[in-house]
Amino acid sequence: MSQPSVPERQGLYDPRFEHEACGIGFVCNIDGRASHEIIQRGLQVLVNLTHRGATGADAETGDGAGILMQIPHAFLERECASQGIRLPEPGDYGVGAVFLPQDPLARARCESTLERVVGEEGQHFLGWRDVPVHPEFIGETARRNVPRIRQCFVLRGRGLDAAAFERKLYVVRKRVEHALAADGVHGFHVPSLSCRTLVYKGLLLAYQVKKFYPDLADPAIESGLALVHQRYSTNTWPTWERAHPYRYLCHNGEINTVQGNYNWMRAREAVIRSGVWGDDLPKVLPLVDASNSDSGKIDNVLEFLVLSGRDLAHAMMMLIPEAWDRDPLMRDEKKAFYEYHQCLMEPWDGPASIAFSDGTRIGAVLDRNGLRPSRYWVTKDGFVVLSSECGVLPINPEDVKYKGRLQPGRMLLIDTGEGRIIPDEELKAYYARRQPYRDWLRANLVKLGDLPARLAERARDAEPDRKTRQKLFGYSLEDLRILLAPMAATGGEADGSMGNDTPIAALSDRPQLLFNYFKQVFAQVTNPSIDSIREDSVMSLISTVGAEKNILDETPEHARLLELAQPILSEEDLEKLRQIEHPWLRAATIDCVFDAAGDDLPSAEASLRRALDRIRSEAAAAVRGGASILVLSDRAAGRARAAVPSVLATAAVHHHLCREGLRMRCGLVVETGEAREVAHFALLIGFGAAAVHPYLAFETIRGLVDDAAWVPAELTPEKAAYNYVKAIGKGLLKIFAKMGISTLASYRGAQIFEAVGVDEGVVREFFTDTATRIGGVGLGAIAREALMRHESAYPKTVDFERELDIGGEYQWRRGGERHLLNPTTIHRLQNAVRKNDLAQYRDYAKAINDQSREHYTIRGLLRFKGGSSPVPLDEVEPAAEIMKRFCTGAMSFGSISAEAHETLAIAMNRIGGKSNSGEGGEDPKRFTPDPNGDWRRSAIKQVASGRFGVSSWYLVNADELQIKIAQGAKPGEGGQLPGYKVNRWIARVRNATPGVGLISPPPHHDIYSIEDLAQLIHDLKNANPRADVSVKLVSVSGVGTIAAGVSKGHAESVQIAGFEGGTGASPLTSIKHAGVPWEIGLSETQQALVLNDLRGRIRVHVDGQLRTGRDVVIGAILGADEFGFGTIALVALGCIMMRVCHLNTCPVGVATQNEELRKKFTGDPEHVVRFLRFVADEVREILASLGFRKLEEIIGRTDLVEADPTATHWKLPNGLDWSAILHRPTPPYEGVAIRRTCGQQHGLDKALDVELLRLCRPALENMEPVELSLPIRNVNRTVGTMLGSALSLRHGLEGLPDNTIRIRFTGSAGQSFGAFIPKGITLSLCGDANDYTGKGLSGGRLVVFPHPESTFDPAQNIIIGNVALYGATSGEAFFRGVAGERFCVRNSGARAVVEGVGDHGCEYMTGGRVVVLGGVGRNFAAGMSGGIAYVLDPLHAFPELCNPGTVDLERVETDADERELRDLIEAHFRHTRSERAEQVLEKWATTLPHFVKVFPREYKRALLGIEFGKENY
Amino acid sequence: MGKPTGFLELGRKTPARRGAKERIEDYLEIYADPPEDAIRAQASRCMDCGVPFCNSGCPLGNIIPDWNDLVYRGKWREALDRLHRTNNFPEFTGRICPAPCESACVLGINDDPVTIEFIEKTIAERGFAEGWVVPQPPATRTGRRVAVVGSGPAGLAAAQQLNRAGHRVTLFEKKDRVGGLLRYGIPDFKLEKWTIDRRVELMIAEGVEIRTGVHVGRDVSGPELLRENDAVLLAGGAEAPRDLTVPGRDLAGVHYAMDFLEQQNRRVAGDGVPDAGAILATGKNVVVLGGGDTGSDCIGTSHRQGAKHVYNFELLEKPPEKRGEDVPWPVHPAPSQILRMSSSHEEGGSRDWAISTVGFSGTDGRVEKLHGVRLRFGPPDPATGRRDMQTVAGSEFTLDVDLVLLAMGFLGPVRDDMLKQFGVGISERGSVATRGYATTVPRVYAAGDMRRGQSLVVWAIAEGREAAAQIDRELSSDSR
Repeated sequence: MSQPSVPERQGLYDPRFEHEACGIGFVCNIDGRASHEIIQRGLQVLVNLTHRGATGADAETGDGAGILMQIPHAFLERECASQGIRLPEPGDYGVGAVFLPQDPLARARCESTLERVVGEEGQHFLGWRDVPVHPEFIGETARRNVPRIRQCFVLRGRGLDAAAFERKLYVVRKRVEHALAADGVHGFHVPSLSCRTLVYKGLLLAYQVKKFYPDLADPAIESGLALVHQRYSTNTWPTWERAHPYRYLCHNGEINTVQGNYNWMRAREAVIRSGVWGDDLPKVLPLVDASNSDSGKIDNVLEFLVLSGRDLAHAMMMLIPEAWDRDPLMRDEKKAFYEYHQCLMEPWDGPASIAFSDGTRIGAVLDRNGLRPSRYWVTKDGFVVLSSECGVLPINPEDVKYKGRLQPGRMLLIDTGEGRIIPDEELKAYYARRQPYRDWLRANLVKLGDLPARLAERARDAEPDRKTRQKLFGYSLEDLRILLAPMAATGGEADGSMGNDTPIAALSDRPQLLFNYFKQVFAQVTNPSIDSIREDSVMSLISTVGAEKNILDETPEHARLLELAQPILSEEDLEKLRQIEHPWLRAATIDCVFDAAGDDLPSAEASLRRALDRIRSEAAAAVRGGASILVLSDRAAGRARAAVPSVLATAAVHHHLCREGLRMRCGLVVETGEAREVAHFALLIGFGAAAVHPYLAFETIRGLVDDAAWVPAELTPEKAAYNYVKAIGKGLLKIFAKMGISTLASYRGAQIFEAVGVDEGVVREFFTDTATRIGGVGLGAIAREALMRHESAYPKTVDFERELDIGGEYQWRRGGERHLLNPTTIHRLQNAVRKNDLAQYRDYAKAINDQSREHYTIRGLLRFKGGSSPVPLDEVEPAAEIMKRFCTGAMSFGSISAEAHETLAIAMNRIGGKSNSGEGGEDPKRFTPDPNGDWRRSAIKQVASGRFGVSSWYLVNADELQIKIAQGAKPGEGGQLPGYKVNRWIARVRNATPGVGLISPPPHHDIYSIEDLAQLIHDLKNANPRADVSVKLVSVSGVGTIAAGVSKGHAESVQIAGFEGGTGASPLTSIKHAGVPWEIGLSETQQALVLNDLRGRIRVHVDGQLRTGRDVVIGAILGADEFGFGTIALVALGCIMMRVCHLNTCPVGVATQNEELRKKFTGDPEHVVRFLRFVADEVREILASLGFRKLEEIIGRTDLVEADPTATHWKLPNGLDWSAILHRPTPPYEGVAIRRTCGQQHGLDKALDVELLRLCRPALENMEPVELSLPIRNVNRTVGTMLGSALSLRHGLEGLPDNTIRIRFTGSAGQSFGAFIPKGITLSLCGDANDYTGKGLSGGRLVVFPHPESTFDPAQNIIIGNVALYGATSGEAFFRGVAGERFCVRNSGARAVVEGVGDHGCEYMTGGRVVVLGGVGRNFAAGMSGGIAYVLDPLHAFPELCNPGTVDLERVETDADERELRDLIEAHFRHTRSERAEQVLEKWATTLPHFVKVFPREYKRALLGIEFGKENY
Repeated sequence: MGKPTGFLELGRKTPARRGAKERIEDYLEIYADPPEDAIRAQASRCMDCGVPFCNSGCPLGNIIPDWNDLVYRGKWREALDRLHRTNNFPEFTGRICPAPCESACVLGINDDPVTIEFIEKTIAERGFAEGWVVPQPPATRTGRRVAVVGSGPAGLAAAQQLNRAGHRVTLFEKKDRVGGLLRYGIPDFKLEKWTIDRRVELMIAEGVEIRTGVHVGRDVSGPELLRENDAVLLAGGAEAPRDLTVPGRDLAGVHYAMDFLEQQNRRVAGDGVPDAGAILATGKNVVVLGGGDTGSDCIGTSHRQGAKHVYNFELLEKPPEKRGEDVPWPVHPAPSQILRMSSSHEEGGSRDWAISTVGFSGTDGRVEKLHGVRLRFGPPDPATGRRDMQTVAGSEFTLDVDLVLLAMGFLGPVRDDMLKQFGVGISERGSVATRGYATTVPRVYAAGDMRRGQSLVVWAIAEGREAAAQIDRELSSDSR
């Protein structure tokens, strides 16, 4: 290991984007009794979690695995003795597990440094032990990079207690790390150095751990606990040190806020003080290793907190708090605990299941939203196993005392010292009562409402008038009409449709706000987005402002902050702050304006830079002078002075104060005329602001109300302002949620943005650590743009234009922003395809391709390199071959009309390309070809978060199954189909109720992590083994590493959609401000895949405003094999970019379900065919001119293009920086493919279903009944699905008669048990099952019940995992026991009985029946719009737990209801022998009144409508 | 917009025209003003397009969706502001524009377009009625002087824009009144002349100096103008009419349409027109040669003068009644590409197409007969697009006529002393050659028909505005 193991940043690859997720587990004896069996069982857990990890290009090299244990003294004593080292008593020495470089010189240097530092720190170095290893058992890649692994032994120095000794060992490690890093020595890593714990880990597959480390097989090695981890990383680099467990924890999930947490920790270092560290503190700074992964960083912090004296559990509660502020059921003392601790530290937010141990205590905690699975069993003999899955150890059913799961925000802690499990309630109550937190808060925490009102101290008449200000800050008429008016009128953001076809800010000729240069980054795959609307109980806008204190202390003074309920301040709020007179709060205002002179870039830059220098030094001086609130204000902008872009001022001050060590001593509040839309506020907060007063937005809204312009006449100014604040708040939560972040406190300063078109130097200085990858505008252009706005407010000559700027961002306007699709190009294209007129196509393509002056896209600034010798056109592969690479975009039947949807499908089937069903299901009638040979079937069937119509039959009828993770127009968000578009036909296809609106959740509830995605890929492959599986992602920084994870998850294709892509309905800010152009994401993907040798096994598909053959060629050059056309295919069919798809009023019948309007559809498949042929012909011409005969020859050949020197832009005197996009990565070794050359290995041949298929042949072929009994284990995943697929293929939509196939399993089933099984199959399981049981159930029956020998009460114990019956469309399920979170989410037709559910039960359900015979978690029925749930609620606790947003709670009163309920419970009893069911049935008359009927309101209305024969839809 | 479903609920309804019988008794406007509700309802049919082709189809770039929305919401004042933003004289275009915007209206793809033009007129008139249209003198003066020659729509628009930009503007008009073709070409029943007076008064109040009866090139020389001004804009129109060089052209009773129309406009304005030289259709058989707008103005005027019968002959074939595939939406069809039924055509007379007039004959020097022949057109030449034209053997005919009006278009600017004195270059098409709006002579600009050739009022206003912007830009950057 002479080289760092992760490649340096190169091209678009940046190691910061790496992700990981995994399987975790621990085992322990509650009484702490050490045994070798614990080690063996830990390793067995690991092996049984193998499928949750991943392998790279080298199938024998895993992503890492390991085990943490107590120091095995007896074993070490014996081993050391054999090497002449005498170990003292346990506790008197520390053991280090050390990875060392193989190079002897470097190794010697590491060793001697360590030995020296041990001595310098007053400890005694005892010696080294070579850890025996067997590299022959591990993969070649891992072997090539295997470190030298040694253990070192350190004797405790005199006068140190155990805790102090542990701290010293930490100091030693940090010093050695720093010293070696400073010397440039690589390859040194310390997995552990402790007097309590020892880690064995490596770049291993689970089963290799024991073989690689023979120590572990030695019967003498003993421990009372073991923490294990199997890693799944998105890269394939041999990173030995990134294997878990870390020193204190192992982690499954993702910390989404890690950049912010890291920055804040750095800033906190300046205020950390601690007696226990004394002079050692400086030696351990920086606390957090910047190069660590998110898990590594949180481990660093946890380690430091614990060593500093904070209890392990207390520290975990600080880092990963429960959702507290909106929980009406939480006890106040616990709320006070969390409220107090938010004054100390922001949450580390994201999906996380973290298992941790300090060697005595071992535990696990789950994130506030419960996004990762954690199941545990406690046995009667005092043994505990916790893991991502149940069934990872064979344990006799009669020995199990309790089967539990970690619930959201909850903790499981076992103190082996005390010898007991400390329940979550007791544990939290203990910490909540340690101090009088509520009293401390009451005495110290200031709330805004408590402050006295103040009047502004400004001379208002000297201020510019409203219109001048609006011009000063670049307000356009669209800002008023399209953005602000709807927010003021409705309290929500306006929706739009279609995509974004305007230039990026850096290429716009208009003065763009600096906000527009930053794009939101969002969660995809490795970190799920959150449903901020349906799951709002976990969201929070609370933040605090003021001087924060030492996180190692706990004093009343820590709460001396100002708490804000939400971040948008009114003028009254701001004046309260600004004029605050308070012993521990003081505000200072910094004017963020600059001299409005500077006609050219250099002089404008100089002027702005002077101002920024002044602002930064004034800010620092103010904080040093005692200010705890800095108000950054641009109010002073006027005739002589222009406003500094507010996000620049904010970020500049934030980073300057961080560097100066002053940041924790103050909060930032921004007073600006610039911010108006949600994205602006998100940026200000993301770069460090705690609150914003958008004075001009308020003034503008006041104006709208006064003029009654686009707002109702009855709207009062107060209500309008209230609505606006509400809309911004909702929008902010949505943006946080997109990144999987729940709280403003965590989002603040998290910098979850990518700059597009901003100079790297500017970013480095002011927006430190934000991604910017194509260079772009410098301070000069930024200043000039502000000055252009200033000039329009204060024109130098006479004012021609008194009104505001026309805008043209959202709708094309003459003289407004430029659009790729404009009257000219739309007209030319439609003419070309209708008349089959190549000349018109050429005119169209020329208008789009010739961008040397009209910069629409960044690809427009490239040109093909000359110098190659052309080939004759007729030698180039035919257009028909090229067209096979073409697809249409995913557009659902629902968003567009049946006519448009089917026309696209016919066209694509005619040319051998692929149309995409979108996420709305598909009418089975279309699966059969038409008499004339046309086929209306979509080759690509999409599987999106709503799972509409995703049944076995649907899946079987596809050539490609596409998992839509994100959509360009609204990445990280769900979708919605308004009720008025849900007509009878659409409702049928989607299994929904006509007229009832449909929602797709933001996340797939079965993908909260990369290994979940691999699982869904596996599920779909089982559901249709002949179909390819593809994954659709959106271009954003880090997408390449996600794509690598996708390739490792065995998808056949990955789609990179540009942020420009279209939509049927999406908030306008999402269309504009999230994601980046496809050119960047595609190139990053290609680079990441090649660097990891993962490109050869996957196709890359690109889409997002592709328009011409030139676009296709550039796409191929940047790495794409396939090309998607969405919007433009619709334009060929007659779409004229009305952008009203969401209103159902499309006047040309394309994006509407209105009967009359659909008649106006005039598109013809030939229109699309002709368009694509023109495109293919253009591709052929370019290929010929470049000297190539096949498109595949240019894939990844970025050497064929270069920056076009004639394409210049005034904002970019140095052009864009193409070096990263055009970078050709150096593959890790020779022969690495740069395009697809082979397929994926799914391992379906090893599935249990292979056996099932063989045994069930009589049923499949002759419809003869088959009955089987088989054992099952957690490694048997997706059982029954391939069988179901075969059944569907043969017997179609109808399936087979009930119970034709009956299979009885015994054991613990793996994930996705019974997924998508169709009618005719009954699977029963004696034992328990994991996550996703019955996913997509399509008519089959599932029964799960505990083993008869179990002695626990099934109704109190967990039996199936999370997200059971997700997207089920029909069938039955009976579970005798408790289900995890999100039971029956998006069920649209299945009937199910269960004896208890976790949080978010029946979320988004649109159909079917659910009976719950036991307790439910929080937020039941959120977003539920159809179907009925019956909940047994004898204690009347249910109303508090139910989300009343869309449902009514009724009693079971009608005979029909009663009959239905009773039938279901009787069936439950029949199938599961449930005692609970039996009791209910016995006492039916007295129990019935205790059932609550959960009845969705819209569903009820629709049912009544239908009952009365009023079929309106 | 405002109402996303407006177009689904309501059909296009243009305001009623007064009955043909009634209206040919006078020269007043032919449209009755509908109630406000009806206009707002029509505005609600606007679909608020993502790509409003009307905005693109309008030479002025009128932001039609915005003001339709404002009208629907009853925000007349704001609608007027939005309209004036791109159009100096909506009261003119609202009355006489052939409305390329409506040809481009997206609703027109499969339905009747929005009544954009009438909404425009209503906004403008509402603005005047409410007193919202007031002089807008510049806040400061730049000290620069600009002469604008010609007071047609191009000259008027340029003068207003330049004046508002703070330059001192002198507008020269060779005739006795301002307006050019607006005043003396277009009949009152299409544009009552008080609308021009009303606008001119505002311009005077804003500070534009108007010098009528001054013929540049004759009364004041080009070099003189250039000496006195920092820039000169030539907006003299394209007044040279196309002639018909056939036997009998010289007979009395054969006149250029413009001469006929100007006389009637003067009569309506109250100017006496001497009997000698009066061209009147009263009691006559009138033939109007030329099927364009001028021709139809001649028809309407003839009927009002009491013509016995009015014939209208067009050289080209009868165009289709609906737009053909060669002029798909959103292209604005040329007169030869779609049959237009003007109000004058409704009022009577006979129209015929594909007729070539081969001569006139008469006695006493007065025309009595028109000799014509029918034409047959071949398919278009793939290279030039032109169609071969042949006379139909045996189709010759003769028609009794008393008055022949030649309305066959214009060839370009009159090549008089003015153009010679300035020495500006002439383009191949016979118009003043320009780059942008700058002629070949420094500080001399041209706009409108003089530069563009015969065209629409809306184009003239657009050119006047754009020329003004260029002059303003160049004057501002000129550091003299």
